[in-house]
Amino acid sequence: MSFLDYFISALFLQAGYNSALVAVGAGLLGLSAGSAGAFIFLRKRALVSDAISHATLPGVGLAFMIMVAFGSDGRWLPGLIIGSAVSSAIGLVMVEWITRKTRLTEDAAIGAVLSVFFGFGIVLLTIIQTMSSGRQAGLENFLLGSTAGMLISEAMTIAIAGALAAGFVFLLRRPMTLVAFDPDYAATTGVNVRNIDLAMMGLALIVTVIGLKIVGLILIVALLIIPPVAARFWTNQVGPMIGIAAGVGGLSGYIGAVLSAAEASLPTGPIIVLVAFGFFLISALFSPLRGGLASWLRHQRFQRRVHRRQGLLSLARREPIYDGLTIRILRRAGMIRADGVATARGRIAAEKAARDEARWAMARRILPDDSAIERYDGLTPIERMMTPDQIAEIDHMIQTAQGAKA
Amino acid sequence: MINDLITALGAEFVQLSLTPIVIGILAAIACALPGNFLLLRRQALIGDAISHVVLPGIVAAFLVTGTITAVPMMLGAGGAAIVAVVMIEIVKRLGRVEPGAAMGLVFTTLFAAGVLFLEITDTSSVHIDVQHALLGNLESLIWFDAEGWGSLIDPKALATLPPQLPRLAIVLVVIALFIFLFWKELKISTFDAAFAEAVGIRTRTLGFALVVATAIAAVAAFDAVGSIIVIAMFVCPPASARLMTNQLGRQVGWSVIFATISAILGYVFAGYGPGWFGSPYAVSAAGMIATISGLILMLTCLFGPQRKRIGQQAET
Repeated sequence: MSFLDYFISALFLQAGYNSALVAVGAGLLGLSAGSAGAFIFLRKRALVSDAISHATLPGVGLAFMIMVAFGSDGRWLPGLIIGSAVSSAIGLVMVEWITRKTRLTEDAAIGAVLSVFFGFGIVLLTIIQTMSSGRQAGLENFLLGSTAGMLISEAMTIAIAGALAAGFVFLLRRPMTLVAFDPDYAATTGVNVRNIDLAMMGLALIVTVIGLKIVGLILIVALLIIPPVAARFWTNQVGPMIGIAAGVGGLSGYIGAVLSAAEASLPTGPIIVLVAFGFFLISALFSPLRGGLASWLRHQRFQRRVHRRQGLLSLARREPIYDGLTIRILRRAGMIRADGVATARGRIAAEKAARDEARWAMARRILPDDSAIERYDGLTPIERMMTPDQIAEIDHMIQTAQGAKA
Repeated sequence: MINDLITALGAEFVQLSLTPIVIGILAAIACALPGNFLLLRRQALIGDAISHVVLPGIVAAFLVTGTITAVPMMLGAGGAAIVAVVMIEIVKRLGRVEPGAAMGLVFTTLFAAGVLFLEITDTSSVHIDVQHALLGNLESLIWFDAEGWGSLIDPKALATLPPQLPRLAIVLVVIALFIFLFWKELKISTFDAAFAEAVGIRTRTLGFALVVATAIAAVAAFDAVGSIIVIAMFVCPPASARLMTNQLGRQVGWSVIFATISAILGYVFAGYGPGWFGSPYAVSAAGMIATISGLILMLTCLFGPQRKRIGQQAET
């Protein structure tokens, strides 16, 4: 079976019960990561989750050692998850404590906690490697994630926890939105900002620890950050943004897990992250709201309008045009001939532009407070923004002024 | 007791432990120096981002040249750091995204790409792997030809020093020179960017130069201590130093002291510590260095004379 055949069959959950379960688990994980990450992103604390995820490592190591001390083989996933949750909670509290009690800023606290916890975790891992039961522990897989040889019970644990986290996000969406946008206002309405902040980070923590197995602790933070950043391109509203972030996260997890199942040697975490990045790229380029392509087109259109207008005004004043773009635009519109002389159409359009400009100039003088003046972009014909009565009055004023001059 | 010390510091020490300790110290100081300014500019996490993208840079250099020699690797990693900084800037501008999220997006993506390339391409013939990149291999940087302290003045033995040592020494000198020569400019632009701009300092260029210095330190130190633990060296010693004093000069001094202590104690505890508990195996030296730097930070957070913000009441 070729890679593509396998990929397609796996995509539709036809490639075996186990890989289907992993894909669904990864999808649910991505879904909860995307929606939880949306709030953290809006609260501008995306990198706190980086500290949380790196801080899981000592917990994994200690949990393994404790379980071995009690005679099990130490690889029981729920045990490792609990251990990692405890140590990343300690890491989170440390970030909070350092920021609150000392003059150090949050970014320094994040950097310190993530690197020190990670370093200590590495120390523990090297100890575990020397233990007789630790040689095949495979704890290094928690660094970058691996779905190879994943047990069904493990996939179930991840799927259930992912669904729970998503439900938790749904329940807390209102206070979390409030705190993310305006913590001061939230405090005055009686919301306990600190608790909501902790709940937000708690969600990140849950996502992190259940994602350890699939995505790994170094890259899980990407699943919390990239989907909301991608979603932000498509909408200016919180509700839809969370929905899109959840969707992007879910699809990234699902597609990534399927891809890595189709090619067993590939580590799962990096693939999921790159799929998510693909969604980001698509959003950044093609979103009609804030995408790069859309704003480039908008800019081009605006530039053409400005050049056309200025070119017409020059024609009306009988001034020569030197700017290449302006000449091209007017030529294409049939306004000027190759030698730069205005055609009949061009003369009419130029006259119209000049009249429009004169009307606007007068409007600014006699109606300085009119809302149309404030919204005027220098390009819109006056007929579109003022009533015929107003224009008639403006024309009258212009004639009077010209009469006075003459 | 004294005899123990002499044997402990004897020929075997020179051969096995001296070079890793010196390399650890050099790496720690090279990172701590720019770290001071990053910390004060609230850019501590630039170090985080840069150290993550070192891996893809090295992989890219390997894919292009097909070898793992020092110079292309350093260039690749340095290039990746610059690419990352530019990408962060683009994402920030284009998406109007907050810096933290932009940074997180860029470094995780580049890191993922690096890991993936490493896994797909056949790198089994050469010695790069993800573990090594993440964790470093300080312990393996031993000095084979040393026969004792006398080797320090023996040119033949000196020629066989691990290449990381002279490389790091040069990097440290370059970074120290940069900070020494631009001390006044760095200081002013760090504390009051608007004023710096007004007196004619090119703050943006200087900021970029600082990032480049950070990247150079990260790349050079990464080889010895691994990419993640480099972050500890960027953040912890300067952060501890910040809690000791209100003067920039003294802060830099303290950070060098803390970095040195972390490197020495970390290596000693990792190499000899398990023996005190009767275990014949050593633990990760890089991890232990990070742990020690964290413990120092913890102590200064609790007892540092300048640990409070101005206006915050000292608790009794």
